[in-house]
Amino acid sequence: MLSKRIIACLDVRAGKLAKSVKFVDTKDIGDPVAKARDYYEQGLDELVLYDITASGEGRGILLEVVERVAAQVFIPFSVGGGLRTVEDCRRVLLAGAEKVNLNTAAVQRPELIAEVARAFGSQAVVLSMDVRRVPVSAAIPSGYEIVIYGGRTPTGLDALAWARRGEALGAGEIVVNSMDADGTKQGYELTLTRRIAETVSLPVIASGGGGTPEHLYAALTEGKADAALVASMLHYGEYTVGEIKAYLAGRGLKIRRTGTA
Amino acid sequence: MMITLVDYQAGNLTSVRRALAALGIPSRISADAEQVRRAERIIFPGVGAAGAAMTVLRARGLDQALTEAFRAGTPILGICLGCQIILTHSEEDDADGLNLIPGQTLRFRPNDPTLKIPHMGWNEVVVTRPHPLLAHLRRGDEFYFVHSYYPRPERAEDVFAVCEHGIVFPAAIGRANLFAVQFHAEKSGPLGLRLLKNFAKWNA
Repeated sequence: MLSKRIIACLDVRAGKLAKSVKFVDTKDIGDPVAKARDYYEQGLDELVLYDITASGEGRGILLEVVERVAAQVFIPFSVGGGLRTVEDCRRVLLAGAEKVNLNTAAVQRPELIAEVARAFGSQAVVLSMDVRRVPVSAAIPSGYEIVIYGGRTPTGLDALAWARRGEALGAGEIVVNSMDADGTKQGYELTLTRRIAETVSLPVIASGGGGTPEHLYAALTEGKADAALVASMLHYGEYTVGEIKAYLAGRGLKIRRTGTA
Repeated sequence: MMITLVDYQAGNLTSVRRALAALGIPSRISADAEQVRRAERIIFPGVGAAGAAMTVLRARGLDQALTEAFRAGTPILGICLGCQIILTHSEEDDADGLNLIPGQTLRFRPNDPTLKIPHMGWNEVVVTRPHPLLAHLRRGDEFYFVHSYYPRPERAEDVFAVCEHGIVFPAAIGRANLFAVQFHAEKSGPLGLRLLKNFAKWNA
């Protein structure tokens, strides 16, 4: 039986680790490569590097960060942020990532999902979706809308419909990031996560709002997620990977044991 | 000592190379049949489809080179796709394999609809027969898998470890100087690195 995964998300801006609250107020909080290595040694299961550099000039820096992480972190990791073409994806995969996270570019041109899946396999394609709560309407029957450009732009797309579309186009996993919960440390958006998990047969990763190990437990049980993304909890040293895992294992979830060979 | 990584355009070579570099183990990537034939040690990685992989191996004469290296006693480690196409045949693309170990590569067909394919993530590997490359494993140890097909050797004595995903399937197989793992040792944290280190020192 597969273990539930703990995934750390490192938002990287111009080569530095950053953290936002509800997608704004971003602060630089350290060296992403050192953090990645630290979490790896603590027994992290997987890593996501997300490039939040606004302009194109940080691209080269991102590839360098990916290479440095790949040279010292021997768990799967994915890279997202600003990937618009198969060629962009090829570059980060060659630099050492296993998977790419597609977000805004996939909403603007959904065929990108199929193109990247054809080129590298569905296992390499993570559809990352930013979602906010809206009033239920004919266009958005679930009351969950996809937003892009780091949450600044609503799309009119229903999150459940978009998840189904992403699966049909060849995505291999889905990250469900709640904009309402992001950075609040008040817990994951469980209803949203569960509804997406019940809509697709892909692994679903809960994201946004994780502040305590109890929150992860809720996302992995009630939220029906296969994995939970964490950021603040680890970045500010409030918890170690081992503490989170010990809690989840203690509650009876199947979790990969930490420790070395 | 130099490990030769066989390049047949099937991915993950650089990941394996980075892991070896972190362990201080020299390696080179080669698509040359003569270099593979004369290699001291061979790692045969790979992700992707069996049919396309076999086409490239045959076109480069690497199928013959690997077979000769196996018969000559060269230590060989297969990873993922490299654990599948050493068998006789694969259901994927209905492809004939290298037949170094008699057996079949089969597709997962779970009865339980909640079991997802590909089998992707961390899962427990249980040693069923002792092997020097798995000597560091303890009960409950997990490795990272990404695959839709699994190896099934004909003979039970060719299976060294198993994993479970709807069914119990072989996760590590081998015979004489050939050993192969379905999981990604290069992405399985310290336990995976240790397996690579064990391979570098293995007196097959």
